[in-house]
Amino acid sequence: MACIEARGLRKSFGSTVALGGINFRVEEGRILGIIGPNGAGKTTALNAILGLTPYQGELRVLGRNPWTERDELTRDVCFIADVAVLPRWIKVSQALDYVAGVHPRFDRAKAESFLARTTIGRDRKVKHLSKGMVAQLHLALVMAIDAKLLVLDEPTLGLDLLYRKQFYDSLLNDYFDRNRTIVVTTHQVDELQNVLTDLMFMDRGRIVLDCSMEEIESRYVEVMVNPAQVAAARALKPIHERETLGRSVMLFDRVDRRQLSALGEMRTPGIADLFFAVVGNHAGATIGAAV
Amino acid sequence: MNTPSSTMNESSLRSQARAPRTVSYAQSFYWSVRREFWENRLIYIAPLAAAVVFLIAFLINLIALRHRMHGSTWAISVGDVEKPFALPHELSAALIMGIALVVGIFYSLDALYGERRDRSILFWKSMPVSDLTTVLSKFAIPLLIIPVLSYAIAVVTQFVMLLLASTVLVGSGANIAALWTQQSFFRSTLDLFYHMLTVHGLWYAPLYAWLLLVSAAAPRAPFVWAVLPPFVIWGVEKIAFNTTYFLSLLKVRLMGPPDPEMTMSKNADFMSTLIPHHFFDQPGLWAGLAVAAMFLAIAIRLRRYRGPI
Repeated sequence: MACIEARGLRKSFGSTVALGGINFRVEEGRILGIIGPNGAGKTTALNAILGLTPYQGELRVLGRNPWTERDELTRDVCFIADVAVLPRWIKVSQALDYVAGVHPRFDRAKAESFLARTTIGRDRKVKHLSKGMVAQLHLALVMAIDAKLLVLDEPTLGLDLLYRKQFYDSLLNDYFDRNRTIVVTTHQVDELQNVLTDLMFMDRGRIVLDCSMEEIESRYVEVMVNPAQVAAARALKPIHERETLGRSVMLFDRVDRRQLSALGEMRTPGIADLFFAVVGNHAGATIGAAV
Repeated sequence: MNTPSSTMNESSLRSQARAPRTVSYAQSFYWSVRREFWENRLIYIAPLAAAVVFLIAFLINLIALRHRMHGSTWAISVGDVEKPFALPHELSAALIMGIALVVGIFYSLDALYGERRDRSILFWKSMPVSDLTTVLSKFAIPLLIIPVLSYAIAVVTQFVMLLLASTVLVGSGANIAALWTQQSFFRSTLDLFYHMLTVHGLWYAPLYAWLLLVSAAAPRAPFVWAVLPPFVIWGVEKIAFNTTYFLSLLKVRLMGPPDPEMTMSKNADFMSTLIPHHFFDQPGLWAGLAVAAMFLAIAIRLRRYRGPI
């Protein structure tokens, strides 16, 4: 069964089209990264999946309609919508008590053991914790919930490199398994390269690219072209070309690797470079700034 | 750390590891109310502080009274003690109730607005607690929790006042037993309980529901949004029809139900204070509750659509 299935998913705010009738499918046990510039419709798509906003078109999450069956879905779907949404007045112990009180799938012992690895004191209030600690606390709460779908919208925004790495490491090592599905949006794309199983690019309410990471590795090749062979390389129609240290770096889509290996050094493109190529330099400028 | 309870939790969780436990509606309601206490400590701190301040003032008054008694040569009659005592007795209840009302109003006005302002609504909505449970638990605070809590505080305050009066006046010749056996004291606590539940709870229900609705709807400045519509309705009514029905309706609502406790407490029959049939006979009460239910339904609906501001 597909974890999420959308057909003709559409949402507009007044005359602004946030989602222009998109189709996608997320299978169970995948980690999907949705990448796109600001205003691409990522958060709107996630809000529709979480039943936080009404939409047009067809959308099924774990076989249910997220808007009309939201109360049933909240037991199986968990989300971190933003970094700083934990109420500032709550104490760490109160947050544990509360989630243990209302969530049938919360394993308190598990949350305690995650917290034991941090320096977060039980008596401290969220407003007295650093941004990184709040993210750790939120992740500890969420990871102790045995949910089928976890949605993360910019979960590491504003965190330093160390916290970001820890965040994804814990997510992969302590949480993720074949029965769970994770959907994540972020601007910090390159850290996700080894985390994701699937990748989706969005731009202006449309899906520009939607494929698995294996597919990306087999489809796309980046070649640092030898200066003498630039013309030959261009003849193979790269989808993108940029200059690095005086040499041309070209990105090819579905071009025979034997042909390419003669042109220069080959490698799998980074998500950010792929994004530039696929979405285009115009939209890419925003994400480039955020990386 | 709380070792006994946490080990208990761990073992119970382990045994339920395979089949997830169920959380009943009552449980999620209980935790929703509990979290309101964590966030809004003013709910109990404000009436408690009022009670403490009042008791201190009362004590000072008593000591002054004792000094005056020393000067007099004749024995003090019950009436003499009752006079300086009866007033603070009623005043303490009035003070605590008034503060409870103010706290209830400001609580309701912020209940669904604050969570949108500080974005924590996104956390609350990630938990399996429905909008219905959330709004009802927030409604229960001014409707039930604050009245019952401030009633308890008021009664304890009055009891402490009696104790204080007894200790300070003992040996002064005043008939202390008379203080305790006065029927009016126990009668008045019952009256007060009735008053808290009916007037502060049920009669003001549409007021609290309106404030909750505004706090769910207001894009900002909920206080302005709460006060503005009544003004506009009053103004339009006045100009268009030259009538003031809406204003008198508001007045009745804010002043409390027209007659019941007035006649109640003057009725000789003790039991009549327990059975508030006059109150429940009033069509205004039921109309008010219907309006409150409508406001709440809209507030619940609004919370579904609302995200952080």
